[in-house]
Amino acid sequence: MARQLNRSVRPWRGAVLAGAALYFLVPLAASVVFTVDVPEQGITFDAYTQIFGTDGFVSSLLLSLELAAATIAIVLLLMVPAMVALRLGAPKLRPVVEIVCSLPLVVPPIAFVAGIGTVLKWGPEHLSRTPLFQTFVSIQNPDFPFVLVLAYVVMALPFVYRALDAGLRAMDVRTLVEAARSCGAGWPQALVRAVLPNLRGALLNASFLTLALVLGEFTVAQLLGFQPFAVWIVNVSGSQAQLSVAVSVLSLLVTWALLLALAGFGGRSRTAPRG
Amino acid sequence: MTATLTRVDVAPVASPKRRRHAPGWLAVVPLLAFVTLAFGIPALAMLNGAFTVKDPATGATSYTTANLTASLKGAYLTALLGSVKLSAVSAVISTVFGLLVAQAVVTSRFRALREAVLTASGVLANFGGVPLAFAFVATLGNSGVLTRYFGLADKGWNLYSFSGLVIVYLYFLIPLMVLTITPALDGLRVQWREAARNNGATSVQYWRHIALPVLAPSLLGGFVLLFGSAFAAYATAAAMVGSSVPLVTLQIADAISGNVLVGQENVALALSLDMVLVAGLVMAVYLPLQRRSARWLDN
Repeated sequence: MARQLNRSVRPWRGAVLAGAALYFLVPLAASVVFTVDVPEQGITFDAYTQIFGTDGFVSSLLLSLELAAATIAIVLLLMVPAMVALRLGAPKLRPVVEIVCSLPLVVPPIAFVAGIGTVLKWGPEHLSRTPLFQTFVSIQNPDFPFVLVLAYVVMALPFVYRALDAGLRAMDVRTLVEAARSCGAGWPQALVRAVLPNLRGALLNASFLTLALVLGEFTVAQLLGFQPFAVWIVNVSGSQAQLSVAVSVLSLLVTWALLLALAGFGGRSRTAPRG
Repeated sequence: MTATLTRVDVAPVASPKRRRHAPGWLAVVPLLAFVTLAFGIPALAMLNGAFTVKDPATGATSYTTANLTASLKGAYLTALLGSVKLSAVSAVISTVFGLLVAQAVVTSRFRALREAVLTASGVLANFGGVPLAFAFVATLGNSGVLTRYFGLADKGWNLYSFSGLVIVYLYFLIPLMVLTITPALDGLRVQWREAARNNGATSVQYWRHIALPVLAPSLLGGFVLLFGSAFAAYATAAAMVGSSVPLVTLQIADAISGNVLVGQENVALALSLDMVLVAGLVMAVYLPLQRRSARWLDN
């Protein structure tokens, strides 16, 4: 019965999957062709060999990686203790934290950056004689714009919340902590030595998602006038089309490798707690 | 099960009720303080700015709804409607194709195919932004590979247009739909189909009277999610079309960076507020629907 059913659906299934494969693979293949088959030059790999020598590549990529590292550190430092504490006690706060972490989904990045821009303008307008002004200047230092880290942490909250929530759901935090405590461990020790090792999958998951978010982020950085990786690609595309596509292809492959590693690593642990 | 048992065993030994509560509060405080600072202040600044104007002569500010009215007029209204139209069209198309792909995968006998498609969808759904724009510029742009190969430019093809953007948006929206709808399709039981068949229903009748009504909340929820995702997208459009297609995100960006008349910053904030309202509406529709479809899947 079931086999008969399957057979009757098969031709359309093939057509749908073939169409989807075509649509999703052609742009990737075409991008590669675009970068190596330059009109009037023939086959050349210049676009790829030039990347490292191009002005701004190394500095913008480093900036993005530094921003990502700072964002991951801060978002985990804020979220992990809070989420673990919610499991241990203060369950009344859980809906509050869930809503707070979902709020960034309601404010699109472009609207968020409009708000940040407004606040940053208060610096020169209203605060120039107060000590706060120095803070405003220093968080906008182009070498390391901390204001971007603040924005990225907020934007990462929904993903991190979901990743950590799934990880914590798969284990019994209270038992672990109480066992550790009754064996004589202090609170920090219980957290670091008993809870965190069990959360490794969720922590990696959250870190990878945040890394992908920061590396690809364009909106906030561009509108605040900084030049991390994604903004650099756009800026360089005007003069060097091949190069910008080549960098896009590479950054794609790197991001995909990261996310695939994540899917391979976290896939099993993520599907487990659903049932 | 074993977990609760263990807890009962341990409880009399530890039982530090007070000790458990104090750290609970303290550990959440930094998070809430951070969000208030980094998210609350900009959000309030946006809200405040959307309702104030500054008199250029005296420098005095006053509260008004003029910005909001302006954000719903002329070029701004065109952009807002353009965004709504683009998001709606691409969300509808993605819903249909996402459902087809997901159904093809779910009914497949090959476990590996399913895993591969779902993993790829997870990756592609996160693949918006600048690289996506450039991949399509290289493929279908003015000097793109397919454009040159098939001479599409002579046939009137233009990637930097409404339909061009729709084609690009499908690239991350369809995978998002596949991810959203697959659990719901898994929830459709084979027995329902068999029962319908035994009662003489055709495949079309089965879909019309049984499968689609059951899937409706998930489909609508997925559609709304895609709509919100397309509505908020900025990087792809900015890297690709500049401002040749009127979109609200591009208008806000123009106004913030002072590319238009001075003094339009607050209209940009009013436009942002419009966007927040639309996104809030999306979430208000999506969350109850998601809960509803989750109920079906749990049974």
